Amino acid sequence: MVPEQEIQWIAALTAAACALPGVFLVLRRMALMSDAISHAILLGIVLGFFVTQNLASPLLVVAAAATGVLTVSLVEMINRTRLVREDAAIGLVFPALFSIGVILIARFAGSVHLDVDAVLLGELAFAPFNRWIVNGRDLGPRTLWLMGALLLLNAGFVAAFYKELKITTFDAALAGTLGFAPGLLHYAFMTLVSATAVGAFDAVGSVLVVALMIAPPAAAFLLTDRLPRMIGLSVALGVVSALAGYWTSYLFDVSIAGSMATMTGAMFGIVFLLAPERGLLALERRRRRQRWEFAQTMLAIHLMNHEDSAEADRENRESHLHGHLRWKPEFAQRVVRRAEGSGWLSRTGGDTLRLTDRGRVAACEAIGITS
Amino acid sequence: MSFWTDYTLQIVALGAAALGLTSGALGSFAVLRKQSLLGDAISHAALPGIALAFLLTGSKAPLVLVLGAAVAGWIGTLVVMRIVNATRNKEDSALGIVLAVFFGFGLVLLTLIQKRPDASQAGLDRFLFGQAATLLQRDVILISVLGGIALLVSAVFWKEFKLLAFDPEFATSIGLPVRLLDVILTSVLVLSIVIGLQTVGVVLMSAMVVAPAAAARQWTDRLGRMVLLAGGFGALAGVSGAVISSAAQHVPTGPTIVLCLTALVVVSMAFAPTRGLVWEGVRQARNRRTLHMHSVLADLQALALQHPEQEHGHATAVLEIVHPGALHELKALEQRGWARRRGDDWAITPAGRAEAATHGRGPDYEEER
Repeated sequence: MVPEQEIQWIAALTAAACALPGVFLVLRRMALMSDAISHAILLGIVLGFFVTQNLASPLLVVAAAATGVLTVSLVEMINRTRLVREDAAIGLVFPALFSIGVILIARFAGSVHLDVDAVLLGELAFAPFNRWIVNGRDLGPRTLWLMGALLLLNAGFVAAFYKELKITTFDAALAGTLGFAPGLLHYAFMTLVSATAVGAFDAVGSVLVVALMIAPPAAAFLLTDRLPRMIGLSVALGVVSALAGYWTSYLFDVSIAGSMATMTGAMFGIVFLLAPERGLLALERRRRRQRWEFAQTMLAIHLMNHEDSAEADRENRESHLHGHLRWKPEFAQRVVRRAEGSGWLSRTGGDTLRLTDRGRVAACEAIGITS
Repeated sequence: MSFWTDYTLQIVALGAAALGLTSGALGSFAVLRKQSLLGDAISHAALPGIALAFLLTGSKAPLVLVLGAAVAGWIGTLVVMRIVNATRNKEDSALGIVLAVFFGFGLVLLTLIQKRPDASQAGLDRFLFGQAATLLQRDVILISVLGGIALLVSAVFWKEFKLLAFDPEFATSIGLPVRLLDVILTSVLVLSIVIGLQTVGVVLMSAMVVAPAAAARQWTDRLGRMVLLAGGFGALAGVSGAVISSAAQHVPTGPTIVLCLTALVVVSMAFAPTRGLVWEGVRQARNRRTLHMHSVLADLQALALQHPEQEHGHATAVLEIVHPGALHELKALEQRGWARRRGDDWAITPAGRAEAATHGRGPDYEEER
């Protein structure tokens, strides 16, 4: 494979690997845990680096993932004291761990190849240079294998514990009473999130892990009500954004990770605007339709209220609606035309309006009379 | 080098203090309104604003960059609110999307700027992690003026902001323009965050908002005191961070300030009167001891009732069967004159009987008798 293809494969695998745990983070309202973990793993990477003196060592991943889990348990520990709220607890823990990491790097690792920029921002363009060579055979970039393994691990975990994840996500109390161990599952899941964040820091940098974990599932959440479909859509949206991001960065010669994150945002924006039922446009259209339907029903109720009475002749005229319902003449005209179109009323003698049977039924239904 | 002779250090410390004061005081409102992590989103969202301000004006004047940051941070906040209000995505997802996407876009712009032929872009990346050492007198003046404006606004709207923090529904019901006040409060929060980006950086700025307020919250239940304390904590951490990082080599200022703040939070959570975990632990231990002592007393009483002569002594070992370690409690009882020791035997005193009678199990035994 040429390096460009390898980069795209890495981008796609990273996006897919991040989207899988992301779905559950979004549904469990723990999206910002990914932010906390992805910052805090810097400390783990630094400590692991001090021990191994090798940025490619698997021990680094283990140490960093352990820091991620440490973050989660620290946040929960602070939560349990009930001295600060959960959001504040997150905001206290990760800057502290991140600061320790930054200071350690600045103080002791200044001369080696480990800087905060690399961890935080990542550099996908360099990934193909770091190759996995076994017995002189070139097996491809290490990152590609790492992300592939993490994707398999995540997919395996979601498949194996699908039922448990689903029930603890949607009804943690029920899961507890049914005898699942939500705590254990939670920690296993958070370990996975940490491991994914660690693997992805190399490719996209830790801040952009957050984009890949949160934006595609949040977009998918607006498109479907079914969990399996949401998982599939998240992966698809993530991969598409990642590839679109790669090509944008290629065209404009800018940061790959940055433009991948930008594309996840653009993707979310498009879904936010155009989602068939929950998008802004659909909401607006529904609101407008409801306005007309409501006016039409009001008209039918008004006509029914006054028909067969002495003042029917005076009340049930299009020209009277302005005085009675405070409708502007052109609005009243459109409502009458709509109601006529749906066969709710007929005009007799120019201006006078008369309900049809269908219109009467609709009015009765609206005010709760069932005959 | 000493603090009193080092001009650069004085400038940096002054800037960090002004910054800590502002973000600490305004952070109190954010923390009380459960918006602790909004600061994180705002500071990350400010990055593209800084880059765009530079791209559009070509100027690196602090005011221009800070204004760009403020506009972008503000837009980021609006996007968060829009997503939360118009979709079923929760606030955490909205914050996560805004902070990561805006930050990513900021990186794209920074790489665009780096390609410019002139070297004019140098120094923009200091906003990522902050470089307090680059603070100049004009930066400190800007921080102080903008921070002063933010503090002044919150002093003017003190009563309204207080209501907004504790009971927004009530504020609406008495006819306050809650939405407008929300906008004003958010704007001053944005202001207090963007002035810190050059010193602390976008990644760590959120700690400047959350930590002082979280620490101050432990010491008091009054908003006024909390805001003052948080401002004081922020300023203290700013100065100590600046001094420590200048004394040691290769220690960046921003992270040092954050660690000072963390230390303040830990101390506050542990030792603050009434809320502190240490006092809580002491209180629990004391309660446990009182409880144990009274149940040993009740045992003594029960044993006494089995014997015609109530002053009959009972061996420590007997009492230890029910209460391992009862000797400790017995000694405490003796000190209070509720039990009497004869050799290795213990007997309840009349005062002890009266005490046991008032403690729940007493009357039942009286009846049995």
